[in-house]
Amino acid sequence: MSVVALPETAAPALSETRRRRPPIIPVAIILVFVLVAVLAPWLSPSDPYEQSLRLRHRPPVWEERGSWAHPLGTDRLGRDLLSRIVYGARVSLAAGVVTVLLASAVGAAVGLVAGYYGGRVDATLMRVTDATLSFPIILLALILAVTVGPSFANVVLAIAVILWARYARVIRGQVLTIMQLDFIAQARIAGAGAWRVITRHLLPNTLNTLVVLVTLQIGYVIIVEASLSFLGAGIPPPTPAWGGMIAEGRDVVTSAWWVSLFPGLAILLVVLAFNLLGDWLRDTFDPRLRQL
Amino acid sequence: MLRFVFFRLIQSLVALAILSIVVFVLARATGDPLHMILPMNASAEDYANARQYLGLDRPYVEQYLSFVGRAVVGDFGNSIRARRPVIELLQARLPNSLKLAAFAMSVSIALAFPLGIMAAVRKGTAVDRTAQIVSILGQSLPTFWVAIVLVEVVAGRLQWLPAGGNEGFTSYILPGFTLGWFVVAGLMRLLRSGMLEVLDSEYVKLARLKGVVEHRVVWVHALKNALIPVVTFAGIYFAILVTTAIVVETVFAWPGLGRLAYDGITSRDFPVIQAVVLTTAAIVALVNLCVDCLYALIDPRIRYAR
Repeated sequence: MSVVALPETAAPALSETRRRRPPIIPVAIILVFVLVAVLAPWLSPSDPYEQSLRLRHRPPVWEERGSWAHPLGTDRLGRDLLSRIVYGARVSLAAGVVTVLLASAVGAAVGLVAGYYGGRVDATLMRVTDATLSFPIILLALILAVTVGPSFANVVLAIAVILWARYARVIRGQVLTIMQLDFIAQARIAGAGAWRVITRHLLPNTLNTLVVLVTLQIGYVIIVEASLSFLGAGIPPPTPAWGGMIAEGRDVVTSAWWVSLFPGLAILLVVLAFNLLGDWLRDTFDPRLRQL
Repeated sequence: MLRFVFFRLIQSLVALAILSIVVFVLARATGDPLHMILPMNASAEDYANARQYLGLDRPYVEQYLSFVGRAVVGDFGNSIRARRPVIELLQARLPNSLKLAAFAMSVSIALAFPLGIMAAVRKGTAVDRTAQIVSILGQSLPTFWVAIVLVEVVAGRLQWLPAGGNEGFTSYILPGFTLGWFVVAGLMRLLRSGMLEVLDSEYVKLARLKGVVEHRVVWVHALKNALIPVVTFAGIYFAILVTTAIVVETVFAWPGLGRLAYDGITSRDFPVIQAVVLTTAAIVALVNLCVDCLYALIDPRIRYAR
């Protein structure tokens, strides 16, 4: 059965956005970071864990005392900063993608079910969603970090446990609109059950929104993960996580500014790229979506 | 309306109860709390005595009820690190956090409103582009990193403002700005998109036809309805503000709840973390309750929807 397209709404924005070029620079930045993360063992100039107390706090190559052996300098333990940033890309991107996929899968499922069944099911699920939405992610992560201990899995879990609610809210709203359309009624008359309507008719018609939301949220999750690692409630050392690296350089920011500066620039660059791409996707595919 | 407030109140209490169970279960599931309290060389007998003294030999349900009962009256036990009642620490820190949050909120509202509204009114001009750059940067810059850079440049190299502590008004500027920055971005986007939608509506056109002066159309007629999405998101933004505050307070050595939480994690001070989490959650729940009531007040459709 073919997917029936939604009537196009918000027409005025469309003519304007049609002419907009796809965001080449953000896509290129994201691709570069993905490549760097995948090829980290081959790209990084040295071992990100190798310590050398003799080479502590070496500045970047263009400063006095800098050398090509450590292009971006070294940290407190003499580890090569560039290598740690390269490996840190793995942590940040993995945390961002895994968390968002998990949250979107759960959130979309809840939203689809709530929107399809309506009534009491909808009311109950939306109360839970609303309560979850207003809970600060960091508090949950803090409890987990202190009780179970900080780890990659806990960070992903803590963020996903809160984040799914945003997807549920938006998808449910969309489903409610789609449910009013004729093709859903026709499918039901033709004998399609709940599962078939949800997976064959509702889900494909909400995919655009899901893709937009996922892209917009990856950047947010990368920042939250970095904040948690910065606070010591995220990815535990010595794993190179950008947030943790910034924390390590915090106390020596006057004498060794590069330790904190470069991981921060890496976060800024990749998050900016995801946000710009997400904005473009939203304006192009789903102009009705507000800031979420 | 009263019915609505009542049901929302019950809902907040249920949410808080669930959270307190999570906190309680996690605390018990991760090992004997006595390991943190008793000295290394304590005997089995010491453990048995302490367990009885602290009531840890009673059934879990009973323990949970007494934990909640004490938490409600503000008794969170003693801080393991500071060796003082946790409630004393909370009383000392909470006002500082509230002051900083209030300052940050005023800064962000003062910046976001004019910028967001002007961006919508003058869509496509330099004002709009500036607003968009501010907003995208606000959402892409990690707060803690901005904080560190500000401390180094403005407080360290330039010596313009103090780097930390809370002595006098000047010490509010850096942390307040850092904290407010993130909120400005989101608030401005909401206002811009809300205003764009409303300015295009029939009633605004009618107001113009009637000959209402333009600034009145924008600031009174349009803004009133553009505020609805802002109020909807106020609860979420408050939760984000609380999250960000923990990071900002840590970097600026601001003696608030966030800093207390950070110190709690680094020293595995469980009673403190527990207290901070529950207090913050209670504040967030209260703010959300107020936001929802305000929402129901300005948009009557909400009241009848449930």
